Amino acid sequence: MPTEIPADSVGLIQPQSAFFEEPLPLRSGRSLSDYTLVYETYGTLNADASNAILICHALSGHHHAAGYNSLEDRKPGWWDACIGPGKAIDTNRYFVVSLNNLGGCHGSTGPMSQDPETGRPYGPDFPIMAVRDWVKSQARLADRLGIECWHAVIGGSLGGMQALRWSIDYPDRLKGCAVIASAPKLSAQNIAFNEVARQAIVSDPDFHQGRYFDHDTRPKRGLMLARMLGHITYLSDSSMREKFGRELRTGKLNFNFDADFEVESYLRYQGENFSDQFDANTYLLMTKALDYFDPAGDHDGDLARCLSQARCRFLVASFSTDWRFAPERSEELVRALTRARRQVSYLEIDAPQGHDAFLFPIPEYVALLEGFLGSLANGGTA
Amino acid sequence: MRPDLDYIERWISNGSHVLDLGCGDGSLLALLRQRKQVTGYGMEIDTDNILACVRKGVDVIHQDLNEGLDDIDDQSFDTVIMTQSLQQTHKPDRIVEDMLRIGKQAIVTFPNFGHWTVRSYLALHGRMPVSENLPYTWYDTPNIHFFTFRDFEVLCRERNIKILERTVVDRNHQANWKINLMPNLLGEIALYHITR
Repeated sequence: MPTEIPADSVGLIQPQSAFFEEPLPLRSGRSLSDYTLVYETYGTLNADASNAILICHALSGHHHAAGYNSLEDRKPGWWDACIGPGKAIDTNRYFVVSLNNLGGCHGSTGPMSQDPETGRPYGPDFPIMAVRDWVKSQARLADRLGIECWHAVIGGSLGGMQALRWSIDYPDRLKGCAVIASAPKLSAQNIAFNEVARQAIVSDPDFHQGRYFDHDTRPKRGLMLARMLGHITYLSDSSMREKFGRELRTGKLNFNFDADFEVESYLRYQGENFSDQFDANTYLLMTKALDYFDPAGDHDGDLARCLSQARCRFLVASFSTDWRFAPERSEELVRALTRARRQVSYLEIDAPQGHDAFLFPIPEYVALLEGFLGSLANGGTA
Repeated sequence: MRPDLDYIERWISNGSHVLDLGCGDGSLLALLRQRKQVTGYGMEIDTDNILACVRKGVDVIHQDLNEGLDDIDDQSFDTVIMTQSLQQTHKPDRIVEDMLRIGKQAIVTFPNFGHWTVRSYLALHGRMPVSENLPYTWYDTPNIHFFTFRDFEVLCRERNIKILERTVVDRNHQANWKINLMPNLLGEIALYHITR
């Protein structure tokens, strides 16, 4: 709990929700008959609605990106480091919208919501969402909020994929697109990590084919393992070394299978904490959305041709020690954008934090975001 | 504004697609965009310079030019520019070849190591020249390949590179008749417009 709200915080924020009656057709061929999106906004929309920025969340993210929902909150929103008055995404200038994606477990319609057809929670029957489905639902939220054209759509990791999809599917509805620590599609290694995470969940005896609520239980062990694995890939070798080294919890080796090393107990703690808060079906669905994302797929694998539809300016950023979505993956995207003669700037930021770096207020990174958003406001380029 | 940019501007046609290697703070591209409606990118390795470009709305790609330009398609730019950086690259000849592979034309500018002050400094002091134009000592200089105008023209001849235009100026980027008389001795900076 903050003793007082810091001056550079957006302060106390109430989540809002929007209900949509119009069915949403999905990439899978299925559709959602109706749905709710939960979102937060920070800052003030200007008279011509030209200062709106959409934040797209990553795998385990949600709508609560900045500020506090209550004074009891231990921590602010997940990207509070970069969103607020005077911060990289300056809420004195911009109207920031952050939502929980469909299929999520933080209030928007997802596996934990009631299926109107059966009157029971969707559970594993919730349709697998594609990035383009999320973007379509986000466009409807923009309509609802009176935002015809975003000043920018910004996302890290899976969020970056949503930002990229915006530029392809709604080229006239955004001026800037910031794709951070992301990739134009997953590699076999990326998919492999996701598959291990999924197997950890579905092989938990408490999973019950996804119908765990019917059995009054949750696959906590599986979800914990999935998160532990994921967490390792979000950190860099050097940041783990720095943080834990080979520190022992009790100062000696215990010659049993309990956690001897600090890193073990850290991962267990992170995993357990996560498994208390997150829904297993949502985790499965989010990893699938990652695996399926491949916008070039509609264009014979030609990413440049795919991106030639885009009209916005792009900012691509990567982090030197990120191996989950390494700088080379961002460079793939940059190469396709320059081939398509789209407007793009690219910076690889020197940072020790690994994939997680995109959440930190690293000075060059903050300056980059600030500079990019500002240049869009000035009308920027020819 | 840097006066050499004026010379370069004359060699760029309207609306061309340009790549500026080692684009610094993006001044040249910003100028060319404004006056010649060019499209294209800068490439730069220094983070502060990249940030300066981004603030200006100049598109810039973070890239170490010594790692090569292999990723860029043949003839995908109208003009590839490199100002005052060729002497800092590991393989200048490869860079020039690459510039003419990815661009239809190239513009290269560099300091002349054949200037009389440089020659006389080395002759008189027996030490590597340090001047206002070349202010570094031998161990900390970013300029690792020193060459003269004549050296560059020999390279062009050997590699079948056509010199379309050449301008030789002093350190203030002023041209005059004396320089043109003995460019390799009196010129401090050369600007070459080349093609295949």
